[in-house]
Amino acid sequence: MESEEMKKPVFDQEAGSLLVKELRANFAAGKTRSYDWRVAQLKGMIKMMEDHEPEILTALRDDLSKPELESSIYEIALLKNSCVLALKELKQWMMPEKAKTSLTTFPSSAETVSEPLGVVLIISAWNFPFLLSLDPVVGAIAAGNAIVLKPSEIAPATSSLLVRLVGQYLDSSCIRVVEGAVPETSALLDQKWDKILYTGNGRIGRIVMAAAAKHLTPVVLELGGKCPVIVDSGINLRVTARRIIMGKWGCNNGQACISPDYIITTKDYTPKLVDALKHELEQFYGKNPLESKDLSRIVNSNHFARLSKLLDDDKVSGKIVHGGARDKTNLKIAPTILLDVPRDSLIMNEEIFGPLLPIITVDKVEDSFNVINSSGTKPLAAYLFSNNKKLKEQFVVTVSAGGLVVNDTAVHLAVHSLPFGGVGESGMGAYHGKFSFDTFSHKKAVLYRSFAGDAPLRYPPYTSKKIRLMKAFLGGSIVGIIRALLG
Amino acid sequence: METISDLEKQLGGMREFYLKGKTKEASWRIAQLKGLRNFLREKEEDIFEALKKDLRKHPVEAYRDELGILIKSLNLALNDLKKWMSSKTAKLPIIALLSSAEIIPEPLGLVLIISSWNFPLGLSLDPLIGAIAAGNAVVLKPSELAPACAALLAANIPNYLDSKAVKVIQGGPAVGEQLLQQKWDKIFFTGSTRVGRIIMLAATKHLTPVTLELGGKCPLVLDSLSWSLDKEVAVNRILFAKFGCCAGQACIAIDYLLAEKQFSSTLVNLLKAMVKKMFGENPKESCSISRIVNKDNFLRLKKLLDDPLVKASIVHGGQMDEDNLFIEPTILLDPPLESELMTEEIFGPLLPIITLEKIEDSIDFINSRPKPLALYAFTKNKTLQRRMITETSSGSVIFNDAIIQFAVDTLPFGGIGESGIGKYHGKFSFDTFSHYKSVARRSFLTDFWFRFPPWNNSKLLLLDSAYNYDYFGVVLVILGLKRSRKGFNIN
Repeated sequence: MESEEMKKPVFDQEAGSLLVKELRANFAAGKTRSYDWRVAQLKGMIKMMEDHEPEILTALRDDLSKPELESSIYEIALLKNSCVLALKELKQWMMPEKAKTSLTTFPSSAETVSEPLGVVLIISAWNFPFLLSLDPVVGAIAAGNAIVLKPSEIAPATSSLLVRLVGQYLDSSCIRVVEGAVPETSALLDQKWDKILYTGNGRIGRIVMAAAAKHLTPVVLELGGKCPVIVDSGINLRVTARRIIMGKWGCNNGQACISPDYIITTKDYTPKLVDALKHELEQFYGKNPLESKDLSRIVNSNHFARLSKLLDDDKVSGKIVHGGARDKTNLKIAPTILLDVPRDSLIMNEEIFGPLLPIITVDKVEDSFNVINSSGTKPLAAYLFSNNKKLKEQFVVTVSAGGLVVNDTAVHLAVHSLPFGGVGESGMGAYHGKFSFDTFSHKKAVLYRSFAGDAPLRYPPYTSKKIRLMKAFLGGSIVGIIRALLG
Repeated sequence: METISDLEKQLGGMREFYLKGKTKEASWRIAQLKGLRNFLREKEEDIFEALKKDLRKHPVEAYRDELGILIKSLNLALNDLKKWMSSKTAKLPIIALLSSAEIIPEPLGLVLIISSWNFPLGLSLDPLIGAIAAGNAVVLKPSELAPACAALLAANIPNYLDSKAVKVIQGGPAVGEQLLQQKWDKIFFTGSTRVGRIIMLAATKHLTPVTLELGGKCPLVLDSLSWSLDKEVAVNRILFAKFGCCAGQACIAIDYLLAEKQFSSTLVNLLKAMVKKMFGENPKESCSISRIVNKDNFLRLKKLLDDPLVKASIVHGGQMDEDNLFIEPTILLDPPLESELMTEEIFGPLLPIITLEKIEDSIDFINSRPKPLALYAFTKNKTLQRRMITETSSGSVIFNDAIIQFAVDTLPFGGIGESGIGKYHGKFSFDTFSHYKSVARRSFLTDFWFRFPPWNNSKLLLLDSAYNYDYFGVVLVILGLKRSRKGFNIN
C-alpha cells in the first residue's frame, strides 16, 4: 500500500469518545482514588519542572518571547507552590468533615465526604500556557480525578512540550494531553465530562457552557474583562507607578486576564501620574522598550492587528501621551499610555489584552465607582491606590469583581488562601489552593441513622397530637417537646 | 399575561432598586425574613388549604415536609445571618506580599427561582430564604401545576415582603421561556432533568451560574436485618418515605428497593402488613395519602402499570381511581429491568422490589445507572456501609432512613451528574446565592525592589527564594553568599 506521508490521525468525535471511555474505565477501576497515586502524580510534576526548566523557558520564549524571569517565577514557581501546598495538605483535604446534627434527627451522625467527580476536561489559555494548563491539573489530581488537558494551540511550543512531559512524568492511563484547535476542541466538548474547567474569553466560554449543558456537566469558567485601576491622590506615587507597571507590562506585556486594563484618576492628578509612569517605565525597560528583553511580545499577528486597530481608531489618535511605537516584524508594541479616550472608543469597549493603557479622568475620585459600575459587566479584578480609609471602604463595598486589591495589582493570584475566579461576565467558579481541590470534588452528604429512637409520630395515621409534637421536634427545643408530650 | 416589554420594565425597576444598595443592608434582609415568618404563621390555615387543594396533602404532612422546614430555615437564617455576612480572614505566609487578605460574601444581584409542584411552598420559599439572606433581589416563579399555592404566594408575598425587590410571577412554560430570555445573576431551578438542560442552555446567553435540583431514581438497598424490631422500623421508614411523602412524588422518594432473593418473601409480607396498618384496609378512605397532582401524571403512572409483564409482577395494590386521581400504595416484585417503570423516574406510589443473589451486587447495579440524588442503604454491616460510600456516587448517602436528610440543614442538599448541579439548605443556601469576593490589601511601605525589572540574577534568586518561602535563602542572597540557583540563571 503506497502513501506519500504518514498522516497524523485526526482527533475526531470517535477518538474523543474512545478516549473518554478508556479514562472512565480506568477511573472506575479506582486507579486515581488512592492517596499514594495522587501524591505520586504531584511529586512527578515537581520533578518534571526541576528536570526540564530550561526547556520550559525556551518553549515560553518561542511562544511569547516571555522573559525568563517571568516564566521562572510566574509560571514555574507558582505551579511548584501549588504542588507543594497540595502535597502538604492533601491528607487533611481528603478527610470527611463532620456535620452537626440536631434533635430533629436524633439519634444520628452526619458528615460530608469528598469524592472525585470522575473524568474532567481542562482547557487552558495561551498567555500563561504552562501555568494555566497544569495549575488546574494539580487540583484535579489532588481530588482524585482522571484528566484530559487541552492546551492552547496559540502557544504551540508549550503545547507539544506538555504532551511530551506529561506523557513522561504522569500516569498516562489516567492523565492525557490532547493537542489541537477548533475541530479537536469540538470533538472533546461533544463528550460527557464530569466537570470542565475553561480559561479564556467569554465568547468561547459560552460555547463551552452550552456544550456542557447537554450533559449537565458543571463548569468553571475563568474569563476576563476590563480590570480598572482607580488612582487617588495623596499616595506614594513612585511605588504606585511601579506596581501598576508590573501588573500591566510585567505580566506578559498586558496579555493577562488580571492586567490593569485602564486607569481612572482625577483630572488634577493625571499629569503627576503620567510623569511617574513615564519615569518608571524608562527605569524598567530603557529608552527603547521595543528592544528590551524584559517584555513579552504580542503573541501573534492576529492580536497584533487587533491591537493596532485599537490604536488606529480615529477617536483615540492624538490621545497617545507615551509610547505608540510598533514593530510588526517582531510583533512588538511599546508600552503605550493614552489620555482621555472617549468612552465609546473601541479601546474602551473590549478587553485590551495588550500593552496599551488608557487613562480616563473624572472630577472627583468618588466618581470612578460610577464609571466602573455603569459598564454593566463585572471585571475579574479591580484595583485601587489610595490612603483614604473611607474611599478604600467604599471601594470594597461598592465594586463587584472577582477579586479586589488595594494598593497593588495582580498579586492576589499568588495567595493560595484566596479563591481565584470571576463573577458575571468575568466567569463562574473559583480555584487555587484548597479551592482547586473543592472545585474538582463532589461533597457527598452522608447521614447515619440508628434503628433505635423511631418516633411513631412521623407516620400515618396522622392526628392533631402528632402535629403538635412534630412542631415541637422541628423547633428543636426540649421544653417545647416536653410540653407537647404532656399535651 | 404580561408582554415582554412589561416584564423587562419590571425587571429593570428591580435591578435599579438593587443597585441602590438597600438589599445589601442586614436590617433589610432581617425584615424580609421576619416578614416571611409572619406570613407562614399568620396564614397557616390558608397554606394548609392550598396544599390540600393542589395535592390533597394532609396538614401533618404539610407541616412536616413544608411549613415546619421553612420555619426552621427562617430561624436558622435569622440567627446566623450576621455570621454568614461577615468576611473571613485568609491566611497569609510570613513573607506576605500582602498585609491582609479576606474573603467577603456579596449578593449576586437579581436572581430567578423556579420551583416545582410537589412541595410547592417549600421548594419556592426555601431557596427564597437563601436568596434574601444573601442580599439579592428575587423573582420567584412557582409551578403552575400547583395553582392554589402559586396564587396564594402571588397574593401574599407582596404584603409581607418588599415588592420592589421580591416578586412572584405566575405562569406556565410560556412565561418560563420569557423569563429565561432575560438577564439574571443566578438561576435556581427545581424540577426534571429534561427541563434542567433547557435552563442551563438558556443560562449560557448571559453566562448565568445555575443551581439545578433535579431528580433520578433513588435506590434503597435493603440488607437482611436479623432483629425483628429493626425489620419493623426499616419497613415503617420505607413505607413512609415512599407512600407517606406526597405519594412518592418527591425527588428524594425511594424509587425502588434492592434486596436479596432469600429475603424477598419475608419482605413482601412485612410490607403488606405494615401498609395496612399505616393506611388502613381501604387506603382511599385514609386522608394520609396525597393524590397524584394531575391527569397527565396519573395517566403516565397508569401507563407504567399497563405493561403486561409489569402488571404481572404486582404483589400488592394496583387500584386506581382516575376521577379522584388516586393510586393506592402498590408493590411489585421483580418487574422487567427494561420496562419504563425501571428506566424512568417513577415519581408516584409504585414500589418495585428488585432481587439480587447477594446484597453486594447492588453496587454494580447502582453504578450501571445514572447517579441518583440520594442513595439509601439499610444495613448494620460496617463493611457494606463503607463500600456504599466509596464505591458509588450520589448526591447524598443515607443509612437506615430515608427522606429525613432534607431536614438536616448542616448537610448540603443537591445532586451530581444528572441529578443536579450545586446545593443548598442551611448556610449552603446563603452560599449558593453569594459571590465570595477576594480582597487583598498592601501597604506602600513594604516594597520589594526585586519585583521590578530590569532583571538580573540576584533578583531572580530573591524571587525564587521568596516564592518558595525560603527566608534563609533570601538572607543568603542579600548577603551575597548565594549567587546561583539550581536550574536557570541569568548571565
